[in-house]
Order: sequence, then structure tokens, then C-alpha cells
Amino acid sequence: MAEFALPKNSRPVEGKRHKSADGATNVKEFRIYRFDPEWGTNPRIDTYEVDLDKCGPMVLDALIKIKGEVDGTLTFRRSCREGICGSCSMNIDGENTLACLKAIDDCKGAVKIYPLPHMEVIKDLVVDFTHFWAQYESIQPWLKTESPEPARERVQSVEEREKLDGLYDCILCACCTTSCPSYWWNGDKYLGPATLLQAHRWIADSRDEATGERLDDLEDPFKLYRCHTIMNCANTCPKGLNPAKAIAEIKKLIVERTL
Amino acid sequence: MATSFRTPLARARGLGSAKEGVHHWKLQRVTSISELLLEIWFVTQLIRMAGSGYSEWVAWFSSPINASLMSAWMISIFYHTKLGVQVVIEDYVDSRPYKIAALLALNLVAVALAVAAIFSIVTISLRG
Repeated sequence: MAEFALPKNSRPVEGKRHKSADGATNVKEFRIYRFDPEWGTNPRIDTYEVDLDKCGPMVLDALIKIKGEVDGTLTFRRSCREGICGSCSMNIDGENTLACLKAIDDCKGAVKIYPLPHMEVIKDLVVDFTHFWAQYESIQPWLKTESPEPARERVQSVEEREKLDGLYDCILCACCTTSCPSYWWNGDKYLGPATLLQAHRWIADSRDEATGERLDDLEDPFKLYRCHTIMNCANTCPKGLNPAKAIAEIKKLIVERTL
Repeated sequence: MATSFRTPLARARGLGSAKEGVHHWKLQRVTSISELLLEIWFVTQLIRMAGSGYSEWVAWFSSPINASLMSAWMISIFYHTKLGVQVVIEDYVDSRPYKIAALLALNLVAVALAVAAIFSIVTISLRG
């Protein structure tokens, strides 16, 4: 059966508490998932008290402050700090999002920070994306053509280009894919919302000449049809995109060519 | 699990596309529509027949149109059920032997129930 609970050795236990400096008046608690395979023990939830008067407004600011000033062992991915690189995707306050786009003020009570759900944890908030990237690679996310290369750039009308809006904007942070129950249960075969949205990005591209083969490769009970329109993907996307709609478009095209 | 040296891409590609799924998807929708129409028809019949006794219902079943539409409804219902439950099994049952056994049982049960329903309809129909 699908796994509905964490294995015993993966259940987090109460961890350490790091007090804020004396005299801080605007203190917020951050409860953060900690795991290091070298401990040989269960993951734990550490509590950090952060003085918000001396911290930037976003959850990522707090994480950087904690790492820099309190606990250098805290591990997480981050790069651009402005929602374009997709590195700091994690589960904050029960929702997958980017730490750099999530305001601390939007979290009621203690800010609970976990790694992306149902992924293998490498350390703390860093998860293993090997399979996710391989699935992305498997849909061949590049322009495929057979016609002789034109002397100038490959042109597209304004209307044709508009079809890529809401698709090209995906930053592959994996918030959607790791929020999808279907991906939790069958992620070995189901491609998941991010990869399918990217697949549609190339199917919808007027310059691409491999649309039929792309649809052939997707028509599969598991790769594509595990999407049951649960819509967690659209709810959680930090960029406001709608992967479920892109998946529905792929399904429609596969029907269309039979009619 | 034993260590595997397959590349991540090989693992992601797996056995490739089954080139199957659109038929299931289409029939799930077609049977929903046919069920909706047949249910509306049946509910109006129930309202029309309100207060009727055994003999009136036997007479109702003896009409070829009623018996045919009832049979169509049963086929639609059990086919739709089979398609839906199949997805639930594929989603949640991981173990290969259990999955295949469950899918097999589902198909047999769905066909058996549909046959029994149609047989009943024909039997009542011939009594009128």
C-alpha cells in the first residue's frame, strides 16, 4: 500500500532550543526540521528565537540570520533571494513555497519549516532532486526541429508567443510536484505537475516540430494520467502558475488527435 | 534494496510510454454523460410510477424501451465503476501481485454484477 505515515526512524523528535539575545522585544519562534545522516538518529525539530527587529521581512532572511549568527550547521539551499532561481523551496507553515517570497508576518504563531514533503532528505532542508531532474530531462525540454535551420531566428507570431505565457515562467522549484499526493504515491513513474507543465511548454511552442512524438511519450496511465486534478499544484505554486491546467491541455490534445 | 548502477535518466524513463490511457480517460467521461442522462430518465420514471405495485412495475419492465434503457444504465454504471476503482487500485496498491489480483477481481466482479443486473431485467421483462 501507499505509505501514509513516516517510517519510525524518520519521525521527528523535539530538538534543541536556541534563545534570542537578552533584551529582544519582538521575538518570533522558528521551528525547523533538522536531520543529518551522520547522527544516526531520528530527525529533530529545533526551535530558534529570532529578534524580528534585527531581521529582514522574509522567512529566508530569518534562515540566513540563524545560519550566520546562531547555528552555522543549519543547511538549506538559496541563491537569488527574489523568487527567480527556485532554490529555497521548502514547506513553510504547512505549505510548499519559496522562503524568499514568504513574509514572516504571514505566518501565525511559530514559523514551522520543513523540507519539501515526501522527498528524501540529504540534510536539514536540502532534499534529493536526482529523480525530479531526471524526469525533467526525460521529456526532452528543448526545441526539436527537422526543417533546415533558418538563416535568421525562428520566428513566432505574437499570438503564438502568448501561448507560452504561464508556462515559460516556471522556475522548477518543485513546490507543485512535491505537494501532489499522486506524486507522493507514484512519483517513480508519474512525472508530476512541474515536469508536465514543462512538457506542455514545448508542446505549445509553435516552433517545435516534435509535438506528436511528445504526446506519444506522455500517453501513459502513469506518466500523465495519474493527475486526478487535485489542484494542490495550482494552490501552492509560488509563481501563481496553474500546472493542473497545463496537464488538462495535454490530455485534451491527446483526445483531439483521436477525433 | 540492492545497489543499482542504472543512471537516473534510465530510471526516470523506465519502460517508456505504454501509449495507452486516452481510451480510459474518454470512456470515463462518456459513461458519466450516459449515466447522467439515464439517471434523469430513471428518476422521472420513479416519480411517474410513484405508488405503483408489483404488477405495474413488471408491466413497466416488459416495455422494450424501458428494459433496454435499464440494461444500458447497468452497463454504463458497472463500466464506470470499473474504470474508477481501477484508478484507485493503481494509485494505492503498490505490491505487484496484490495489484494484479485486485484488478482481476475488479473486472470479474464488475462483469458479474452487470450480467446479473441485465439477467434480472430480462427475467422481469419476460414475466410481463
